[in-house]
Amino acid sequence: MDMKHQLTGFRGASVDQMGINDRIARIKSRSIKKDAKKQGLRMALNMIDLTTLEGSDTPNKVRQLCYKAIHPHDEFEGLPTVAAVCVYPSLVNVAKKVVDGSGVKVAAVATYFPSGQSTTEIKLKETKFAIDEGADEIDMVISRKEFLKGNYNYVLDEIMAVNEMCKAHSTRLKVILETGELGSLEEVRRASDLALMANPDFIKTSTGKIGQAANMQVTLVMLQAIWDHYVKTGVQVGMKPAGGISDAKTALHYLRMVKEVLGDEWLTNEWFRFGASRLANDVIMQIMKQETGVYQGPSYFSKD
Amino acid sequence: MTKMTWDLSEAPESKAHVQIAERYGLFIDGEFRKPQSGMYFDTTNPANGTKLSEVAEAGQADVDAAFEAADKAFAGWSALSGAERGKYIYRIARMMQEKSRELAVLESLDGGKPIRESRDIDVPLAAAHFFYYAGWADKLEYAFPNRTPRPLGVAAQIIPWNFPLLMAAWKIAPALACGNTVVIKPAETTPLTALKLAEIIREAGLPNGVVNIITGAGATGAMMTNHEVPNKLAFTGSTQVGKLIYKAALKGNKKVTLELGGKAANIIFDDAPIDAAVEGIINGIYFNQGHVCCAGSRLFVQETVYDEVIAKLKKRMDNLIVGDPMDKNTDIGAINSQGQLNTIEKYLEIGKEEGAEMYQPDCDIPSEGNWCRPTLFLNVAQSNRIAQEEIFGPVLAVQTFRTIDEVIDKANNTPYGLSAGVWTDKGSKIFQLTKALKAGVVWANTYNKFDPTSPFGGYKESGFGREGGMHGLEAYLTF
Repeated sequence: MDMKHQLTGFRGASVDQMGINDRIARIKSRSIKKDAKKQGLRMALNMIDLTTLEGSDTPNKVRQLCYKAIHPHDEFEGLPTVAAVCVYPSLVNVAKKVVDGSGVKVAAVATYFPSGQSTTEIKLKETKFAIDEGADEIDMVISRKEFLKGNYNYVLDEIMAVNEMCKAHSTRLKVILETGELGSLEEVRRASDLALMANPDFIKTSTGKIGQAANMQVTLVMLQAIWDHYVKTGVQVGMKPAGGISDAKTALHYLRMVKEVLGDEWLTNEWFRFGASRLANDVIMQIMKQETGVYQGPSYFSKD
Repeated sequence: MTKMTWDLSEAPESKAHVQIAERYGLFIDGEFRKPQSGMYFDTTNPANGTKLSEVAEAGQADVDAAFEAADKAFAGWSALSGAERGKYIYRIARMMQEKSRELAVLESLDGGKPIRESRDIDVPLAAAHFFYYAGWADKLEYAFPNRTPRPLGVAAQIIPWNFPLLMAAWKIAPALACGNTVVIKPAETTPLTALKLAEIIREAGLPNGVVNIITGAGATGAMMTNHEVPNKLAFTGSTQVGKLIYKAALKGNKKVTLELGGKAANIIFDDAPIDAAVEGIINGIYFNQGHVCCAGSRLFVQETVYDEVIAKLKKRMDNLIVGDPMDKNTDIGAINSQGQLNTIEKYLEIGKEEGAEMYQPDCDIPSEGNWCRPTLFLNVAQSNRIAQEEIFGPVLAVQTFRTIDEVIDKANNTPYGLSAGVWTDKGSKIFQLTKALKAGVVWANTYNKFDPTSPFGGYKESGFGREGGMHGLEAYLTF
């Protein structure tokens, strides 16, 4: 039997943009102060996937990033590490050697990141290569080409194939929807519902390679999809907004959103990540402000 | 891994910048006066019962003086050009914006509503009403082409305790724009923002007697409505008092507008964006502790999505924070008075006796003050009192329906007709409902959204006349 037509005309749950904006306005009006702020900032730091995804990345650049991941700011004792470093597959083995034993994971983007414009066979080969190099986590992209022309079955089959390979090697999978190319919140919800059918470990907003990266609107739509999937199936899936989140205050709003839409169970780096590079320093700066009462200038924090 | 929780810390709004006098007189003829009655009463903070100030109780001589001042001021005020009147009204609007923090804090202290709402909704909307009607002051001929609009004279205005400053704005702004003068009385439990508005009006240099603000309880209100001077009565409040005012208006041959109670239906179809609808249900009934005449207090859910909606609603309710109105994170503040709390609690008992299933989240509430957790009643029947009578608290009666005709029947099966909400992805269904629902305001895929340009008012026992928009001008004009 031809499975191809099973998902023809598949629709996600209904989304209303005004409703999304209203809910976000309420969440952003939460005032996160004192102990709640301290705790939130530490959680945020511990949830960061410190990322470098440039054609110009070299082993030394990646080594420096990995050191920063383990030692975000040694001047102050007791800071958590970030969650992971995120690199291209060819640099996984470099990163793996530095972070080994630190608890920091190595995530690799794969499946013809960022465009996904290749065949499933090549995408699986690249995934396998990254896993063999030692990646703990794979960040894949969905095929927007197939999604936007309505070939949902193809998209789901591909996610399932990559997921199967990851599961076989105890590797966690994040599925990037690239929401900035989907065009509307309804499509974001449809892509979320589709990706969730494969039970990946995370769904993720963006590659960070196009103009429009993560924002609270698409993140809320994806969190709602995760909740509905959890209620229906009992399977917990994590969330990773990526790109565009560069200040601590915004990060705290995201965490509050996760808390109110999903619950405390999602507030660990096992189930929530920020894909970011600049965010870490602002979070550290705010933590230092909370601890010492004064702000230090940006040149007192290492840039990696 | 042990389960960690992440709770919010206290985030209190500062009260340091707010000046409250120990005692307030009556604002008559451009000055604060001691009441000739010699009487004062306390106004308290419903969140902790402490006294905030004491305000004058206007007696007959005071009411006479207020109307005399308004009557005397009318000739001069109505003779001003519309553009001149507009300047004064714009000035009041700007000064309200400048003092918005102070007004917001006062509103929350005196009335018990969360500072988030006073700050983000009540005060900005009140200023917006003044701005909006200031713009109409010199354009009345264009609002009513080929007619000659003239002011009515003196208006007697009585407003409720649920939106003290906002209701003052709804009443005063159109009256002034149309060239009328007013005597207005805020509710006895929430007089402070109206008195602050009196200070603003004085500072704005509005001619003496154009706005007179007097305080007192029901007896003072009765003196106002039975007074011979005003030729317009405007009232927002309970249907019961509204009927008395209507009688007085008929007897005195006065024009009247009444904005009274409601028991609005909020209708969720199975094709609705459910998460947005849940947010709308929350905004519909738990906004301002449910002390809202247009609150969506009857929820109708299509049976096919009932379980999903109720599960999500309960989860959302679990996130609501009940407590100190001055904390920036509070969602539901204090019930406005002990009397109102008693009424709400009476209805909770009635609901349980009627066999409805009650749900309240297990949230903390302060030990002192007037509090009520957000409440759901499930399995409610149309004949239950909790589905028929206005509770005016954070209490939602939930019913199910199967077809569109059934829900229209049930939604209209009430003596009230102020507002309604419809949630569906299908535009044609929205229009079918808006035509069929007997309600003055119907929100589609949203709830409790207000704007000065939009008329507001009811059918049946919810009153008559419209406030807001161009329609709101007509209530203060004769042709």
